[in-house]
Amino acid sequence: MTAMPKWADAILVPLISLLIAFVISGLVILAIGEDPVAAMKLMITGALGSTYGWGYTLYYATNFIFTGLAVSVAFQAGLFNIGGEGQATLGGLGVALACLFVPWPHWSLALIGAAGMAALFGAAWAAIPAYLQAKRGSHVVITTIMFNYIAAALMIYVLVTVLRPAGAMDTASARFDPALKLPRLGDILGLVGIPFNNRNPANISLLIAFVACVGVWLLMWRTRLGYQLRAFGKSEKASVYAGINPVRITMYAMLISGGLSGMMAINTVMGEAQRLLLNSVEGAGFIGIAVALMGRSHPVGVLLAAILFGFLYQGGAELALWTTIPRELIIVIQALVILFTGAMDNMVRKPVESLFLLLRKGKA
Amino acid sequence: MSLMKHLAAATATLALTAGMAAADPALIFDLGGKFDKSFNEAAYEGAQRWAQETGGTYKELEMQSEAQREQALRRLAESGANPVVMTGFAFGDVLAQVAPDFPDTKFAIIDVNWLDLANVKQVAFTEHEGSYLVGMMAAMASKTGTVGFVGGMDIPLIRRFGCGYAQGVKAVNADATVIANMTGSTPAAWNDPVKGGELAKAQKSQGADVIFAAAGGTGIGVLQAAADEGILSIGVDSNQNHLHPGKVLTSMLKRVDNAVYEAFKAGVDLEPGVQVMDLKAGGVGYALDDNNAALVSEEMKAAVDAASAKIASGELVVHDYMSDETCPALTF
Repeated sequence: MTAMPKWADAILVPLISLLIAFVISGLVILAIGEDPVAAMKLMITGALGSTYGWGYTLYYATNFIFTGLAVSVAFQAGLFNIGGEGQATLGGLGVALACLFVPWPHWSLALIGAAGMAALFGAAWAAIPAYLQAKRGSHVVITTIMFNYIAAALMIYVLVTVLRPAGAMDTASARFDPALKLPRLGDILGLVGIPFNNRNPANISLLIAFVACVGVWLLMWRTRLGYQLRAFGKSEKASVYAGINPVRITMYAMLISGGLSGMMAINTVMGEAQRLLLNSVEGAGFIGIAVALMGRSHPVGVLLAAILFGFLYQGGAELALWTTIPRELIIVIQALVILFTGAMDNMVRKPVESLFLLLRKGKA
Repeated sequence: MSLMKHLAAATATLALTAGMAAADPALIFDLGGKFDKSFNEAAYEGAQRWAQETGGTYKELEMQSEAQREQALRRLAESGANPVVMTGFAFGDVLAQVAPDFPDTKFAIIDVNWLDLANVKQVAFTEHEGSYLVGMMAAMASKTGTVGFVGGMDIPLIRRFGCGYAQGVKAVNADATVIANMTGSTPAAWNDPVKGGELAKAQKSQGADVIFAAAGGTGIGVLQAAADEGILSIGVDSNQNHLHPGKVLTSMLKRVDNAVYEAFKAGVDLEPGVQVMDLKAGGVGYALDDNNAALVSEEMKAAVDAASAKIASGELVVHDYMSDETCPALTF
């Protein structure tokens, strides 16, 4: 018997957390002498007021859906994968190699190939920490975060010495073949007669992210493996007693998680930049943790939380563009939302729970 | 629902256009940040000079990460800013994608000369010539016969600074030793004053007593360490003599401020094409003011001014590293 009805747990608590975060952000903006109401308005119109803004919001959301799903799959199995950043970095490398060195006849085939490579590279990067956890008991939190740094260093090496075209000064790979450009969301919606701005990077990867959401739901709640993953996450000892192999489950959970993180790269590397940049992940791996926590590790929750963070990213970019609010403060606002919705979830949950208990007592 | 959305979009556009004059210019700073006391700050000063003289306003934006370049550029162009000026070669590739989408907007980019776009003005500087001059001064001021060079990110552009510098040093003292170090191979190398300071100390321990920093924000650390260690340093891009009065020998000026100022002044009538700001055109030079007057002897000034005149007249040609990616005076 839970203290709260399901809707309160899934919607009310995150909403209250969000509200507190926004109020404190408003106070911070007030403290530096800017108008918090105007700032909020600007964020909303900038991120949601036009199809252009929506495009960017959804583009960022696509990243967060992949990394959020990645964290939640591992989380369901009791593993805290905070290496999404590194796994997505390696996924980017996979996409770049697929797009640069394979002569694809059509973008759709290239997309499948690149997505496969991204997932493969991301999963491979997660495999080592997973193996160390499963066989040696090295804690996956420590090893995955270390692997983020290794991935960043590896990327510098690859971009500076291997993939950078001769004579170029940018730390970036060559451009991909223009024929491999993914259709933008505007093109796709245009086909069904919905006018949508085309000068934004939202692309077909968003649909793949939706498919991934459904896939993760099917996997976790409709397959034997998903049941084993969740059972393992709830109680390792009980699941071992029930005949579940802990090494196998740890490996599976981390490989799926790493693969999902890696697939984020088809959105950033193939969908937007069309070349491999040094920092193409842009912290999405870490945002994925907040998204998974806020989404309560359920694909629907992850989807909604990802759109919220997409809004914060795009709204933040608009703030930086049109106000004198310094860029550091925008990071503070984003951090406050993460803090309240992710880390300090219990601070809101407990009072709400006791409120519901009180109400129930009153009725009885 | 969709009607609401359209209404919201319309009001948003109205609000934006109402807030902006017909065609305000815009300036985008690269990763070093607006107040790097060097390259980006020179651009900022140019924009400020324009604003003070004309009373106009402009938009400015600091980049937060490599991946945001395209969004920033598109957003500014979309908002009606014209011309859009950006500092740094790193925008080159992105600009090539964005500029054709906004044929009515003029763009200006600094440190790039290889694009072929109808609405882009490209401003390139002959950094090797300016570096040659400060190299001569370094060699004349050095007592140990060893001088240092600290570069930012290891790219051909920065090697061009180092190569010009070494040629200037060797022109004065053929036996002089030039120690060259780069801070890193990623854009983070533009903003790492701690590492800059470490490199300066390491060069001092190898005998260097004048160090030229061509490293954006990293140079602040080089100048600081040199001042702490009691040796001389040479600033870059902006006049950095005032940072440590009496301890900065001179600064290699790269008049990014003039380039930005002129682009803003030309406004929507900005002439596309490549403009080379060389020594003759006053694009590069060395800084002399109250802060370093005591350090620059008459003899030094005469020698440098003579070389400067020779370069301007074409009598003296400083080898450009970027022309063939080799340097006769320095191995990197």
